[in-house]
Amino acid sequence: MTTATRERKGARRTHAGWLVKLTVLLIVAVWTIPSLGLLTNSLRTSVDSSTTGWWTSLFNPVATEWTLANYNRVLTSGGLFDALINSLIVTIPSTVIPITLAAFAAFGFAWLKFRGRSLLFGVMVGLIVVPLQLALVPMLKIYQSAELTGSFLGIWLAHTGFGLPLAVFLLYNFISQLPQDIFESAYIDGASPFTAFTRLVLPLSVPALASFAILQFLWVWNDFLVALVFLGTSSNVAVLTIELASIVGSRGEAFHLLTAAAFVSMVIPLIVFLSLQRFFVRGLLAGSVKG
Amino acid sequence: MAEPIESVRPPSPGLKILRALLVVGAVVATLWLGLRVLRDPNVFSGLGPTLSKLSQAILALTLGVGGIWALFYAGNVIIEVLPRRAATFLRPYLFVLPAVVVVGVYLVYPTAGTVVESFTDVPEGADPLTNYRAAFTNADVLQAMRNNLIWLLVAPAVSVGIGLAFAALVDRVRREAVAKAFVFMPLAVSFVGASVIWRFMYAWKPTGQPQIGVLNALWVGVGGVLVDLGLLAEVEPVAWLQVIPWNTLALIAIMVWLQVGFAMVILSAAIKGVPPELTEAARIDGASELQSFFRITVPSIRGSILTVFTTIAIAVLKVFDIIFVTTGGNFDTSVVAVRMYQEMFRFRNFGQATTMAVILLIAVLPIMVVNIRNLRRQGVGA
Repeated sequence: MTTATRERKGARRTHAGWLVKLTVLLIVAVWTIPSLGLLTNSLRTSVDSSTTGWWTSLFNPVATEWTLANYNRVLTSGGLFDALINSLIVTIPSTVIPITLAAFAAFGFAWLKFRGRSLLFGVMVGLIVVPLQLALVPMLKIYQSAELTGSFLGIWLAHTGFGLPLAVFLLYNFISQLPQDIFESAYIDGASPFTAFTRLVLPLSVPALASFAILQFLWVWNDFLVALVFLGTSSNVAVLTIELASIVGSRGEAFHLLTAAAFVSMVIPLIVFLSLQRFFVRGLLAGSVKG
Repeated sequence: MAEPIESVRPPSPGLKILRALLVVGAVVATLWLGLRVLRDPNVFSGLGPTLSKLSQAILALTLGVGGIWALFYAGNVIIEVLPRRAATFLRPYLFVLPAVVVVGVYLVYPTAGTVVESFTDVPEGADPLTNYRAAFTNADVLQAMRNNLIWLLVAPAVSVGIGLAFAALVDRVRREAVAKAFVFMPLAVSFVGASVIWRFMYAWKPTGQPQIGVLNALWVGVGGVLVDLGLLAEVEPVAWLQVIPWNTLALIAIMVWLQVGFAMVILSAAIKGVPPELTEAARIDGASELQSFFRITVPSIRGSILTVFTTIAIAVLKVFDIIFVTTGGNFDTSVVAVRMYQEMFRFRNFGQATTMAVILLIAVLPIMVVNIRNLRRQGVGA
């Protein structure tokens, strides 16, 4: 940070009156209270969470009986542990497959000459605007006749299809800006485009790959509709969002269990999100065109 | 390089082709077999529940992640043994076609199919607009569209308003990054998770019992004080998710809670990009802080505001999870996407379901056009 900007920031900060501070604090409080309530309830007994407000325990932490029993219960009985593994099984390939396809395609569109290039690229990018609801009915019919409903392969491909246009668009923007010289020298050394792609383009594109990977990971992990339609609710395959929604339906008043289950479903995206925030913010703006 | 020619003589073409075929065959066979094994949920059951699930996960991840790379590798092996001219011609398609085919199958074909079906999936002899006529005369569908409109009018504007205010104010306090992280966090939470979180905020208990939801506790608490002061006759706890019209607003609040972080991040970056000379000049000319914010800062970041607004508007039009999980569309809270799901799975009426999808597309398209034009103007985009 240069001295000038530090001074400017310092100057700005002295303007922060109590009204500004109070408003910021109020918004932060309103945005935190719901999650705080969730976390608190998940650590209380079933009697406490169904008869007293969670804040009473926070005001009275010593007298409260804190417990991890809810977590123990949801992870050992019921389908939550399986759902957690299923979410990983669904999300990781559903992130890697579209990135791979999109990186190959983006390189092809940016650096290889072939017939129909601009037409295909235009169609690909134009499809970003299509809401995925448009695909549901015809794809469900295909899936039912091909027996792909309820299979991991089926949902990997579905997420791949719905995520690809944005992935190609983001990666193309990055890969097409790479300097041409690096390819020329690689080709002179006898590299094929395939080698140039795997040895040069992929390592250089890590920032773009990472920002799309995070967007797609969070999007797939948190997805409910695609999983509901194509993967279904059977416990062999049900992902966390599906399992959570079914607990809401069957045990909606069992606040102590529901809160623990909800928190389990949030842990992994929160870790990914907080550790890779830098890439995520970069991807956000570019990703805002998704339909 | 005269000497080693003899020793590393390239294998004969026949051998190369044989090797390529073997590689491709092995990749395809492994994938086919692996995916069949993956379909059988009991294949690892001898290992006990936890180990069996983990083995399944390892198999699935190996197949899914390794498979896609193996396929590209096999494709490249084939290209390399082809005659040079054919290889040069085909190589770009190895890179581009897999993505194009997947998108063709998952987006182009079904979108066209949906539009066609909405006109053709009608009783014999009925006219093609039957589904649309039915949609626009069905009270439930009209209710759903009206709700989408309420969502559209409230959610983007409130999210942008709060996000902008927070971005502008947080710029002046200490520990800016910490304050932002709290507002930002809900971005990582699923719509389903957020719905669960807010069910507790809206929880309702009958009069007389202690309220366990924050909103009713505040409502009854503040109302109780007013009753004591004689300003209010009585106060009843409210079932926020069931009482019309508050329930739709209560659901919109969940969306706002999720989206403000997004608005704040983008707008905060934009505000920091406004040259300080501009606002300082305005201040020197006697403008108050508020004036300089509304006359200088806001117009300078108009593009970013529009991006955020349109992005949230699109998310709002397609909203599904929040309503499906909390009210299931009951108590007059349904929206078009929920209605579409019900037509698909509850009523098995694919004609109506596709019609709902087309209505969504028509609603989203103009916003999308504004969004893309705006992004282009800012130099982001194709």
